[in-house]
Amino acid sequence: MNKIQGQANIAEPDGQQTGNANGLLSADLLSCIGRSTAPRTEIASRREIRKYSIATGWQKKEYLDGDEAPPLFHLALFWDIVELDELSPDGVSIDGLLPKFPLEKAMAGGLNIEYFRPIKAGDVLVATRTLTNIYEKAGSQGPIIFYEVVMRVETAAGEPVLTEKTTRLLR
Amino acid sequence: MNMSKTMALQPGDAVPGRDYSPDNVQNFMYSAAIWNAHRIHFDLPYATEVEGYPGIVMSGPMLGDWLTQCVIEWLDGKGRMTHLEYSNRKAAYIGETVTSGGRVLSVDHDNGTARLEIFIKNAAGDVITPGTAVVAFDRA
Repeated sequence: MNKIQGQANIAEPDGQQTGNANGLLSADLLSCIGRSTAPRTEIASRREIRKYSIATGWQKKEYLDGDEAPPLFHLALFWDIVELDELSPDGVSIDGLLPKFPLEKAMAGGLNIEYFRPIKAGDVLVATRTLTNIYEKAGSQGPIIFYEVVMRVETAAGEPVLTEKTTRLLR
Repeated sequence: MNMSKTMALQPGDAVPGRDYSPDNVQNFMYSAAIWNAHRIHFDLPYATEVEGYPGIVMSGPMLGDWLTQCVIEWLDGKGRMTHLEYSNRKAAYIGETVTSGGRVLSVDHDNGTARLEIFIKNAAGDVITPGTAVVAFDRA
């Protein structure tokens, strides 16, 4: 199981890399690249936008009133909702998009988002997540597996809203 | 003739930030708002005894949100953020004060865009959440 929401104290390993490696990644594992989730549709309700804006301490009235959503609201809107017995003992939901990796210690990750239009109260949005890459690098303390997931968010009419690429490291 | 809002901007200009001192209530509300039940964000015995953290861990994407507040508050309604990139490099814990901020990296006067470096620092001054953003100013 991959604890994808965790953080680690170890900073960027990039400076320590000695090059690409492929020792841990089986053909089966690599064949998972390209798999996608079924599209998920959610309504950006004013109430959910308000909860998010208040919890994050925004001072902008349009966000606090729930008229428009802050830039990272889609994280809340499309966070997996699973039943209690689908949570691991540490409270994390298992991401069905991901294969079982031979390394499981989740390290720091990053987000890269391109925005096309803001999310407004009442918008009906559709998100599709795709596992776009898995690769391995040699770090100073052993191999590191990287994987990338791209989430594309569109309006129900197919107008692009944002594209988010998440990169995670496993050690 | 349209005057771009970028005319007065220079690389190196500061993007002011804010201090954040989230308590357990705010950290809980954030986890609830995004529906994240990860124990390291609310269960102190679990976070310290099982995972070995020194305290309750601030949510990584909450730090990311504070980067976006830095950008949006600086824009002050005069444009929009078209691109954001950040990574959570180091954890912060409830009880700490972290600070957002940034600076202008480059300005494209022709296109009315600017690229910003943004960061969250801890009290020791370490950048724990580095990032960049691209903003597009509205045409006058």
